[in-house]
Amino acid sequence: MRLTLEIWRQKGADDAGRFVRYEHDEVSEHMSFLEMLDVLNQKLIEKGEEPVSFDSDCREGICGMCGFVVNGYPHGPQPLTTVCQLHMRFFHDGDVLRLEPFRAKAFPIIRDLAIDRSALDRIIMAGGYNSINAGGPRDANSILVGKKEADLSMDAAACIGCGACVAACPNASASLFTGGKISHLGLLPQGEPERKTRALSMVERHNTEGFGGCTVIGACAEACPKGLKLDFIARMNKDYLAGTVTYREGAAGGGSG
Amino acid sequence: MPTLDSRIPAGPLAEKWTKRKADMKLVNPANKRKYTIIVVGTGLAGASAASSFGELGYNVLNFCFQDTPRRAHSIAAQGGINAAKSYQNDGDSVWRLFYDTIKGGDFRAREANVYRLAEVSNNIIDQATAQGVPFAREYGGTLANRSFGGALVSRTFYARGQTGQQLLIGAYQSLMRQVELGKVKMFPRTEMLDLVVIDGRARGIVTRDLVTGKVESFLGDAVVLATGGYGNLYYLSTNAKGSNVTASWRAHRKGAFFANPCYTQIHPTCIPRAGEYQSKLTLMSESLRNDGRIWVPKKAGDGRAPDQIPEGERDYYLERKYPTYGNLAPRDISSRAAKQACDAGLGVGPGGLGVYLDFSDSIKRLGASAIGERYGNLFDMYQRITGENPYQVPMRIYPAVHYTMGGLWVDYDLMSNLPGLFVLGEANFSDHGANRLGASALMQGLADGYFVIPYTIGDYLARGGIAKVGTDHTEFKAAEAQVNAQEKKFLSIQGKHTVDYFHKKLGNIMWENVGMARTQESLEKALREIPALRDEFWQDVKVPGIEGEFNQELEKAGRVADFLELGELLATDALQRNESCGGHFRSEFQTEDGEALRNDADYAYAAAWEWNGASKPWTLNKEPLVFENIHLQTRSYK
Repeated sequence: MRLTLEIWRQKGADDAGRFVRYEHDEVSEHMSFLEMLDVLNQKLIEKGEEPVSFDSDCREGICGMCGFVVNGYPHGPQPLTTVCQLHMRFFHDGDVLRLEPFRAKAFPIIRDLAIDRSALDRIIMAGGYNSINAGGPRDANSILVGKKEADLSMDAAACIGCGACVAACPNASASLFTGGKISHLGLLPQGEPERKTRALSMVERHNTEGFGGCTVIGACAEACPKGLKLDFIARMNKDYLAGTVTYREGAAGGGSG
Repeated sequence: MPTLDSRIPAGPLAEKWTKRKADMKLVNPANKRKYTIIVVGTGLAGASAASSFGELGYNVLNFCFQDTPRRAHSIAAQGGINAAKSYQNDGDSVWRLFYDTIKGGDFRAREANVYRLAEVSNNIIDQATAQGVPFAREYGGTLANRSFGGALVSRTFYARGQTGQQLLIGAYQSLMRQVELGKVKMFPRTEMLDLVVIDGRARGIVTRDLVTGKVESFLGDAVVLATGGYGNLYYLSTNAKGSNVTASWRAHRKGAFFANPCYTQIHPTCIPRAGEYQSKLTLMSESLRNDGRIWVPKKAGDGRAPDQIPEGERDYYLERKYPTYGNLAPRDISSRAAKQACDAGLGVGPGGLGVYLDFSDSIKRLGASAIGERYGNLFDMYQRITGENPYQVPMRIYPAVHYTMGGLWVDYDLMSNLPGLFVLGEANFSDHGANRLGASALMQGLADGYFVIPYTIGDYLARGGIAKVGTDHTEFKAAEAQVNAQEKKFLSIQGKHTVDYFHKKLGNIMWENVGMARTQESLEKALREIPALRDEFWQDVKVPGIEGEFNQELEKAGRVADFLELGELLATDALQRNESCGGHFRSEFQTEDGEALRNDADYAYAAAWEWNGASKPWTLNKEPLVFENIHLQTRSYK
């Protein structure tokens, strides 16, 4: 196969950036998308040019490190597929592909297609956990969880933190990411004690990190490689509302003993 | 040859860990904040250790090369995690998990470590459940289990085909909680490039900020490496692209012994490679062998489509050779059987490098939807990669490098021979002997991080004697200078070939000569070719860009330089071990029916290699393996 690639090249945060055109004639249909870029990069290096920077690690669609936009689609046009799992048989000889980074105010560009998504970590820091320490929990089977709830929780927990939802959203909202975590934990009895306060603090952090608000367009769920559903955003809103209504400052802790 | 002291506590096996914990010195809770612990790596072992240290009150500096700690490669583990809960009432126990693990490791692991691992396995399931890990459940709400290779009980807990992901996210969330509380300071996109040893103790690391290129020193009271395995030495493996040996290797060059490097696990069920451009191999979880049957045509060169080959003309070779364990034979045995079939010309697919993993019987028995519920995400992944639908045609699979049992040598407390340097998870050598059983890597990583190191590191710190120094110490300055000099060197060579060119060549030497089957001749060949390739690398590599920027080729160059040294050590270790055991199969040492032939009289030891300087031979130190509780026997899965 032969492809024309238009790739966003940007040396760093201060550089304006531009698309650069590459003709790529060594593409096999069995290659993954990133292997296709590997081959391009090897050729660029041998020619003395700068290779294209892009992130990837597991290349099995589970770590969430890869991700850029192909012809307007985060992770490319194949549904439920990260760009590392997208294979070239999905494209045709002569195609023109435009590659650009996930764009959002909260995701500064590091170089070319590599971006900084640490804002997502900071949303988790605000409450995306059950506040328990290692050691001493009771026997796992003493907490019964219905299969349906467990399965739904797993659906929400399948999020890989890639940021495609943010790139797809016209408001650059990370609501699907945030709602996924709130739903994952809130659906389980273990997560119930902090369900409302978690929603409050995570949503607030989401907003201060510079992500936009959700207008329920649904582009995020369409782009999500793990199939997270808009319902999780509804669940987030419900927990957030409940948190707003019932919130009070914590009482001073402990006795005098 | 010096003998190593593993510091295993005296007394009966089942009481050793209890006794060790009782004998430990403790750090006063109010004093814990005066100590700083450096943790490198954020996989299951690193994240669980760092968050546990934070919970205890220590100051923690935690590093990873990925853009966030949640990416560490533990995330890719699919199948499950073992524990001796015996929820299925099928006869499991701590003893049985211990015994299966020792036997699975072909009697080349320490009894005491493995017993402790089995002992704390149940705590891990409790801990992860409390964190909110969404394990699979039965309709009544209890936890579900599945079977895995090398065991006749159902003890594997799982979260769809994403168990590693869910356990890692659980540990990551705990870690993020400590970051928010200010107890852990997180350094993503930061790579450890040297270990700093002062007065014989590990006291810090030198790192490179992968975004800005800044080289920096960090001081601690102890250093914990949880940096994973070295499977990417073979270039093609199931590891993540970034997985590397650099942290371990630089520690090795600073005096930490590297143990049993030749124990490499080749996983039997991976998607075969498609072409020269292949960048990694993808695992299909061993759990598939619960419902899939492995076979090849009986006739060599049979070109018919699989559904055109009648039952009588198929060889279900695992079921034939190992009737008791069948398709659930351990990984090393299954991989070798696949290789033997392909070597005999019976392989299927491009190049004859594949065997069938066939679900048609299970789909007939249980229906496609039941199979889809169990393995749907794996089937989808297979289809995306190969373009074939495994509901309709059998999968084609072939073995691939997956896990490395060897690693830095540690004692019972998980401390290396360098005081203050602790090594956890796949990066150490301690628990899996010569072969790891499925669903045991997650178990070990979390056991080390949640339930072993929080105790043992306290004992080390409480015993005192750690001098007050700063990062202006000459050892830090020397290490920084070394790191800077190496980067300058890489960028100045400007040769003809890319880093990947050399990495692929090295991988090829390793796979052909030090792969699933090794001989004296092949190992000697590798020992000639690796140093020659290393010399070529240092003269002819081409690394673009500059130091002070995001430079992915420069990152890779440092990692490949270390692999080029490790490859030589791995072949050296394989050559000295004149026996076959687990993942180390020397063709000269096999039984009449092709099984591994161990030599317990001469090789029941861990080989801990000591670095003596570049281009100098390593010194072999031995730790004898003493078996007091189990009887050494020939491993049989027939």
